[in-house]
Amino acid sequence: MTTLRFPSPPQHDAAEALRGEVRAFLAETLAERSPLHRADSWNGFDRDFSRKLGQRGWLGMTWPKRYGGHERSAFERYVVVEETLAAGAPVAAHWIADRQSGPSLLKYGTEEQKQSVLPGIAAGETVFCIGMSEPDSGSDLAATRTRAVPVDGGWRVTGTKLWTTGAHHADYMILFCRTSGTPADRQAGTSQLLVDLKATEGLTIRPIIDLAGQHHFNEVHFEDAFLPATALIGTEGAGWEQVMSELAFERSGPERFLSSMQLLIELVGVLQGAPGEAAQLALGRLTAHLVTLRRLSRGVAAMLEAGENPGTHAAIVKDLGATFEQDLPDIARGLIDAEPDAASTSDLVAVLAHITLNAPSFSLRGGTREILRGIIARGLGLR
Amino acid sequence: MTSMSEIGTMLADTAERLFASHADAIDDAARDGRWPAAAWAAVEESGLPLALVPEEQGGFGVPAGEAMALIRLTGRHALALPLAETIIGNALLAAAGLPLAEGPIGLADGAQARVPWGRFAQTLVYASGADLHRCSSRGMATEGSNLAGAPRDILSFSGGESRAAAGASLLELGALARALQMAGALERVLELTVEHVSTRVQFGRPLAKFQAIQQELAKLAGEVAAASAAADQAADAYVGGGDLGFAVAVARARIGEAAGKANGIAHQLHGAIGFTREHALHRLTTALWAWRDEFGTQRYWTLAIGKRALEAGRDGYWPMVVAA
Repeated sequence: MTTLRFPSPPQHDAAEALRGEVRAFLAETLAERSPLHRADSWNGFDRDFSRKLGQRGWLGMTWPKRYGGHERSAFERYVVVEETLAAGAPVAAHWIADRQSGPSLLKYGTEEQKQSVLPGIAAGETVFCIGMSEPDSGSDLAATRTRAVPVDGGWRVTGTKLWTTGAHHADYMILFCRTSGTPADRQAGTSQLLVDLKATEGLTIRPIIDLAGQHHFNEVHFEDAFLPATALIGTEGAGWEQVMSELAFERSGPERFLSSMQLLIELVGVLQGAPGEAAQLALGRLTAHLVTLRRLSRGVAAMLEAGENPGTHAAIVKDLGATFEQDLPDIARGLIDAEPDAASTSDLVAVLAHITLNAPSFSLRGGTREILRGIIARGLGLR
Repeated sequence: MTSMSEIGTMLADTAERLFASHADAIDDAARDGRWPAAAWAAVEESGLPLALVPEEQGGFGVPAGEAMALIRLTGRHALALPLAETIIGNALLAAAGLPLAEGPIGLADGAQARVPWGRFAQTLVYASGADLHRCSSRGMATEGSNLAGAPRDILSFSGGESRAAAGASLLELGALARALQMAGALERVLELTVEHVSTRVQFGRPLAKFQAIQQELAKLAGEVAAASAAADQAADAYVGGGDLGFAVAVARARIGEAAGKANGIAHQLHGAIGFTREHALHRLTTALWAWRDEFGTQRYWTLAIGKRALEAGRDGYWPMVVAA
């Protein structure tokens, strides 16, 4: 398969009707939010905001109603996601749960797990974190060392998860770990377990401060922590297949090219007062990229809606998207004369400082650029 | 992609067969500066030049989306004939109520433009202001050619008829054709490159097995996917009646950039053999280098988007992106 054609996103009237409603809600709710805070959309943790989205029926949108969902289409969910991100809303309290933990539980979880956890996510009440990376297992996820040993009535877990965004706020983690064999068995013998972070003993969560001085990452240490037998998600030993499916949810959305959106918006705002050819050319190029990325990304949503596996397509969008997001700060620097400073009274200069310091993460989180390109090469039949 | 209509499938099959069977003759003629009369006669006989002309005006009633696919196919073959120009030119003539063309069309955006295949064109179609002109006699002012060796001549027009142009502008449609052709050519460039690295063995294994090669090929695939999507978006705007000017501008800016990057990677991965006249790659890459600046340069279209973005301003920017 050499040609990677993306399906045309359909014109979806219900989704477009929803767009106006979402914009009006965001304009009102975020009226006081500064551009600098808007630029921190992914990391903005605000349970109140997430609860408001839940009340409007904009979380768990595609899930069955019996689990608190709203049985709407992937295109309607797409509109809510892209509008909240473009507006720089604080999405961290529902982001992971709505995007990947919930859909994973819906696909693989037990009836009890679905009933006890999904309604809380759809209400914007329940916060999730991701238990994948470890000190010796980042891109190489199959090298996981965290081990759950079967004991009477459940599991005893020992090991360390790393780069766990939001673990200090989260209610639950989906833990990827080894339940049989040894790390030499690679993908075989791995499973996923649902961890109730507030009710599990033997857990320590330690902050890791990033280069910008922010606390989003954590190290989560399990020391002989007991999990009940009911914590198992899906099938014991099928963890690899399940975690790959979870990653496909993680890689497919518009968040993969909207991280620097506030910088682009502030740049347009400053340059509209002093347009010149250099500004027009730079913005013309960036806009052509953005419009095209959006088309590609909605093509992935169309594949998801049709029940197809968009693994390779999602990797292409994320790779192109991260490059776009990361190029933006330097392009902005070429167009304005200023020292980046988050304390600046100029919104553009403050946002530029924030995005510059955070940009390295864009091609690391959710699969590094190199891993994604390996996936694309496999899709082309090279490996 | 939606399923092809019967007439569309037939035309696409015919086109594929025609382009393949006449490829050598067309290529030889282009290299020697001759007109491949037999190949063009076969193309005309097939009815392809009328793909976008409505049935009641003498066309075949091919759905517009499938005519777009045909134009894309001419790019995939790096076809050295003014077929895309003739399809577009006939559509413009029909829309303006002028008689359809005799023979190949020289499609010119203005009287001073470099006309693709000008010296071989039998009918000239050019726009000036709000008018569309059709004439068949002209004088040669300056002969020129593009990077693929295709004629680009400045002509002096005289006589003929003119009417008020209707529908999409000549410049937009010409630019749309080049966007589609580039997307088609880029898809073929990716195929050739995958084929080459899969079969070429160095250090005891196919090039495709080296991670350095895989990473470059993934970048190439990303550029081609973006180009393909941008061309689809412009074609959809034409077929569905969206904002064609903006969609074409986006397509030309994004695909032009993709063409430059993709050509660089494809040539690097092909090694020296891809730099020769005997290898097929150059027919695609030289055409891509040329097409990205025809019917408006890449810079022209990029500027047009930038102006729109600044007019939209801080608050109107995101809605503009979504409406595209």
